[in-house]
Amino acid sequence: MRRARISQIGLLTLLLVFTLGSADTGVRYNDLSHKMMCACGCGQVLGECNHLGCPDSEQMLHELRTDISKGQSDTAILEAFQAKYGPTILAAPMLTKFNIVAWVVPPVVLLLGIFGTFALVRKWRLRTVATPAPSAVRGFDRIRDQIRKETEI
Amino acid sequence: MPTLGSFALLLALALSGYNLVAGAIALRQLATGARGRVSPERLAETARRAGIGSFIAVTAAAFALVWAAFTNDFSVAYILHHSNRALPTSYKFAALWSGQEGSLLLWAWLLTGYGFLLRLRHKVDVKLTAYASTILAGIQVFFLLLLNFAAPPFSLVSGTIPQDGFGLNPLLQYPEMVIHPPMLYLGYVGFSVPFAFALGALMMRYPGEKWIHITRRWTMVTWLFLTCGIFLGAHWAYSVLGWGGYWGWDPVENASLMPWLTGTAFLHSVMMQEKRGMMKHWNVWLIFSTFALSILGTLLTRSGLVSSVHAFAQSSIGSWFWAFLVIVLAVCLFTYVLQRDHLKSEHKLESLVSRESSFLFNNLVLLAACFTILWGTLFPVISEYVQGNKVTVGPPFYNRVAVPIGLFLLFLTGIGPLLAWRSSSFKSIRKNFILPVVAAFVTAIVLIATGMRPWQDSGAFYSLVAWSLAAMVTVAVGSEFLRGARVIQRHTGQNLFASTIQLTRRNTRRYGGYIVHFGVVVIFIGLAGSAFNQSKEQELNYKQSMTMGPYRIECLDYSQDSNPNYDTEYALLDVYRSGKKITQLAPEKRFYQASQTTSTIVANHSTLAWDLYVIYAGKDPDNGQPIIKVFLNPLVAWIWIGVIIVVLGTFVALIPNMSAALAASRSRVQVAEAPVLAATKGGN
Repeated sequence: MRRARISQIGLLTLLLVFTLGSADTGVRYNDLSHKMMCACGCGQVLGECNHLGCPDSEQMLHELRTDISKGQSDTAILEAFQAKYGPTILAAPMLTKFNIVAWVVPPVVLLLGIFGTFALVRKWRLRTVATPAPSAVRGFDRIRDQIRKETEI
Repeated sequence: MPTLGSFALLLALALSGYNLVAGAIALRQLATGARGRVSPERLAETARRAGIGSFIAVTAAAFALVWAAFTNDFSVAYILHHSNRALPTSYKFAALWSGQEGSLLLWAWLLTGYGFLLRLRHKVDVKLTAYASTILAGIQVFFLLLLNFAAPPFSLVSGTIPQDGFGLNPLLQYPEMVIHPPMLYLGYVGFSVPFAFALGALMMRYPGEKWIHITRRWTMVTWLFLTCGIFLGAHWAYSVLGWGGYWGWDPVENASLMPWLTGTAFLHSVMMQEKRGMMKHWNVWLIFSTFALSILGTLLTRSGLVSSVHAFAQSSIGSWFWAFLVIVLAVCLFTYVLQRDHLKSEHKLESLVSRESSFLFNNLVLLAACFTILWGTLFPVISEYVQGNKVTVGPPFYNRVAVPIGLFLLFLTGIGPLLAWRSSSFKSIRKNFILPVVAAFVTAIVLIATGMRPWQDSGAFYSLVAWSLAAMVTVAVGSEFLRGARVIQRHTGQNLFASTIQLTRRNTRRYGGYIVHFGVVVIFIGLAGSAFNQSKEQELNYKQSMTMGPYRIECLDYSQDSNPNYDTEYALLDVYRSGKKITQLAPEKRFYQASQTTSTIVANHSTLAWDLYVIYAGKDPDNGQPIIKVFLNPLVAWIWIGVIIVVLGTFVALIPNMSAALAASRSRVQVAEAPVLAATKGGN
């Protein structure tokens, strides 16, 4: 019971950690401007596009400020930009339809790798047959013990 | 000169072709015992000499191109498009790799150069080197076919020869651009050598791990070149592109990082093969993948498959690279299937809590990072194929997916050296880990107490984790040095510093590796600072000022100037801190006449705490006042310092160990040498 309560408190704390500050307008502006690319083709994120004579970044940032001041949600703003400038305007795929695959595959591959490695090691350990150490190794064991003692902090 | 260059390339192709065919026939005869009119040994020797000759021929071609650049020979189309009369001398040299044909020539020259060294040093193992030389000749043939038929660098201009060239891309007119591409290419191309040895060793069922000993230095030097190339590129982007960052997750940047990641994994996992005869299949595929990724990176950036702002040399030679990549993978797979029984492991992993398993997880995470980057780079193409429209996979994706993987890797960097080979007992884990873990927690608490708010945004959260892990790894590495040095100190009576030097010299590979790990920690500390970057843009008239962090920036003057190569607009800014002038900065905007393009020259005042990074963003069209953009980027200098530490660590690891006999003669207490030596040679 006590453990469950501690887990619940821990979960709540984590949720707080990840959600606090998200509603701040300045933070939202900065966040959203880094979720889109500049339409001029310079290959920079909108919030960082600062090259001389860029025909698009100022206009796009102005639109972003207006949308935020109108109280639109992040998703609505991103969808509006996507509709106006095309799907490549988003700096990363949104969590929709096929695009979700982009986000899911890398962690799944890593997790599969970790589980696979655990399984492999377990299989190897089960196969390993303990063999008695030959007499010649005894000297090494003594030296190794001495090394361990001498190298302890 | 163009005629000489063209002829030299044709000759190099013929010599490389001969090296490949004659070498293959000789090795086949040696393997089967068949005899021809010429003995296989003599045939192999002629092949080796042809390989050496190919380097001389490609050197002549490279010289001819550089000569054409220096003499402003605009009858050569490549020189016309990548140079001009007013171009400074050092950049004329850089013209060699500023375009498609020149960079392929540089690749071929470096490849034949590596081959030249390998063929000269053939006595280290005549038969294995003959295999490696023949495989390298195959790679040479591919690049020389490209240079002779698909992208000839000595094509002549038709019609009237213009008086002046179109100039070098302004973005490339920066000192680092003279060394960044050769470094990167030395890295890419260098992986051909361990690849050739690995494939050759597998083909001939080479007994033992000697091929790893032979290629160890090649691999480390190559890795070092690639590391330097990547970070020089990052520094160039930071100094020239003027957006305040050093890494944009662009496909070209990603292309250089992928072979680096698999190469790093290979450098770690070969130790398992050397020490315990394990992971042989894995190692062979790691080096195959590293070489294939070097080719894939070139393919991605040159074929136009993915778009990149850095692709200075895009064309239609992608199909050649596709074909070559398919052939390479087919040869690797065929050889592996045929000879895989030769790769049987001598030992198995005995415990999850051991040095071996930490290497295994380190490899896994490095490969996961590589896969993530490859996936992100290729996803726009996959999306277009599946959905019919391209999507952008930019920094937000990599920051969210790759950064946690990177932090996990940093964590493994810390715990790996603390685990023993074969198995670690709970007692030793507790003893070894307590200090590093305490350091991590103390760091986190101190950072939060001093105002860091990891719950406010993910950047701050990742930075907190990175700095805490950095403290953990630093303590772990430091304790490893301290532990060994104390043993030496106890037995020799030297001071701790001298003992540490001696310890390092006794096992340069192990302690050099730790220095590299520490360098990586310092790099991570710098990278984590990017979460707290600030920027501000303002018009500044004479004597007007703006503040950024602790600095006040005052406009002293703004003006313009010109020289034969470019026109420039600049501002002279005095920088004050606490009322005291500390430096003067002069950010510029240049306009290059020949190419009719502009570039930014950033002015940067770098300290250990932060960089004051200033850009001249142009003039306000209404009032003619300069627009100054200022960034305050924390801890960037740590990244470059970290790279220097990595380079130093790699150099240390390359130095041969101090011989045991020498160590013994210098030691005052000789009887106690055995445990000391054993302690310092315990693992890598």
